[in-house]
Amino acid sequence: MIEEPFASGNSIIHGIDPRFRVAAATFYSFAVALCYQFQPLIAALAVALVSVLLSEVGLKTVFKRLVVVNGFILLFWIVLPLTYKGKIVYSLGPVNVYLAGIVFAAKITIKSNAILLVLISFIATMTFATLGHTLSRFKLPEKLVFLLMITYRYIFVIQQEYQKIIRSIKIRGFKPKTTLHTYKTFAYVIGMLLIRASERANRVYNAMRCRGFKGKYYSLTYFTADTKSWVFVTIVFGVTSGILLMEFLING
Amino acid sequence: MDKNQSIIKMRGINFSHFENSPILKDLDFEFLKGDKIGFIAPNGSGKTTLFHLMMGLIKPVSGTIEIFGKPMETEQDFSQIRHRIGLLFQDADDQLFCPTVLEDVSFGPLNMGKSKKEAIDISKRTLGFLGLSDFENRITFKLSGGEKKLVSLATVLSMEPEALLLDEPLTGLDTKTRTTITRALTEMNISYIIISHNIEFLKNTTSKTLTMRDGQIYTDKQVHVHIHDHAHVHGNIPHKH
Repeated sequence: MIEEPFASGNSIIHGIDPRFRVAAATFYSFAVALCYQFQPLIAALAVALVSVLLSEVGLKTVFKRLVVVNGFILLFWIVLPLTYKGKIVYSLGPVNVYLAGIVFAAKITIKSNAILLVLISFIATMTFATLGHTLSRFKLPEKLVFLLMITYRYIFVIQQEYQKIIRSIKIRGFKPKTTLHTYKTFAYVIGMLLIRASERANRVYNAMRCRGFKGKYYSLTYFTADTKSWVFVTIVFGVTSGILLMEFLING
Repeated sequence: MDKNQSIIKMRGINFSHFENSPILKDLDFEFLKGDKIGFIAPNGSGKTTLFHLMMGLIKPVSGTIEIFGKPMETEQDFSQIRHRIGLLFQDADDQLFCPTVLEDVSFGPLNMGKSKKEAIDISKRTLGFLGLSDFENRITFKLSGGEKKLVSLATVLSMEPEALLLDEPLTGLDTKTRTTITRALTEMNISYIIISHNIEFLKNTTSKTLTMRDGQIYTDKQVHVHIHDHAHVHGNIPHKH
């Protein structure tokens, strides 16, 4: 199950108009992605930490999310120090560890964690449905938004169908081995899942037609651009611009 | 509107998925205003197919369909009358596709051109009628089976249809949800056809029972649906009737 652990809350961030949050998070992410110096990156990470604290989300859950992403970043720490040529800090026989690689991996780590934390506090604090509607307000093509929402809705149904099939093969004593029988069974499972998904899609479309669907999707959400949303977006844009300025000044 | 106004009229309908095994053979059927029809027939006899033909979701091999007095030939014809007849699907997961309950229930009214405010008002009223007042912001896929069914019914009723086609509305539901659906149907002044295997439910909600055999519909006047009570003098000793 995809859950939305951060979506419900009463923090300052939760109260900001979703459109402003999406705009702020987008600007911040691009700005931070452009930075290469340690000073602006550390400033960005500090901003991200403050925003997570402001959004009052469960820090334990946030930490779990970070662990997943940093698992991928760990790969950079293995590959980059050994391959990014430059000053050697340590040698073990034919294997050299380069300083530039370590610096680069460190920057990537700070950058990704900062962006992730801001996305958690600005974007993950709204439901998927709200995000979809917000994106449609930003004139993202109607079809893309619709595809996103439908995918989100039916991913659970397909997952349930998958579990149903898996249960039904398990109760008949199926144990995966490296045999032709195993491969054949898995092929059947995938095939059956595809057929069921397409039949389901057909039935859903029919049900939508019965309710007068003619290709247009309406959104019920009302957005209110109040003072606090404007203050919020001004602060985020200001601070982010400051980070960018720092980057350009150091770069000369 | 007079009472005997025709809602759906089918003449000489033939339908089959594969060439040599017809599901519906030369079927004639008329659904009139005020009708409350129960449909009992074995699985696979073509009841759901019949509903889908009525809504224009599938096309008959031959035969004519008239709805509200107008011949239905093209998708265009059907798309103009679909909102006047509410079809409740067998599987609620097919019917609910919006993230939140309120959005799903207002989907129909919005498609019919109602304003956002009107759509929300009518949806709230419909949810209230089915005892789902506090469900508005619930997430549709996180509802229980019974709740999903009731919300599905709400999505159909919010279009304020003139007739309902209910495909096994009680299957897999608990007593409480069954009671809610029975109450809703008896309180509304609306024509409907119900496919069900539940005799007690049909007894409480319908005035006429039909069955299907060999691809045709039979009005079993002699076979009146009723529940038969008698004293059980043999207690728990196994016996045959």
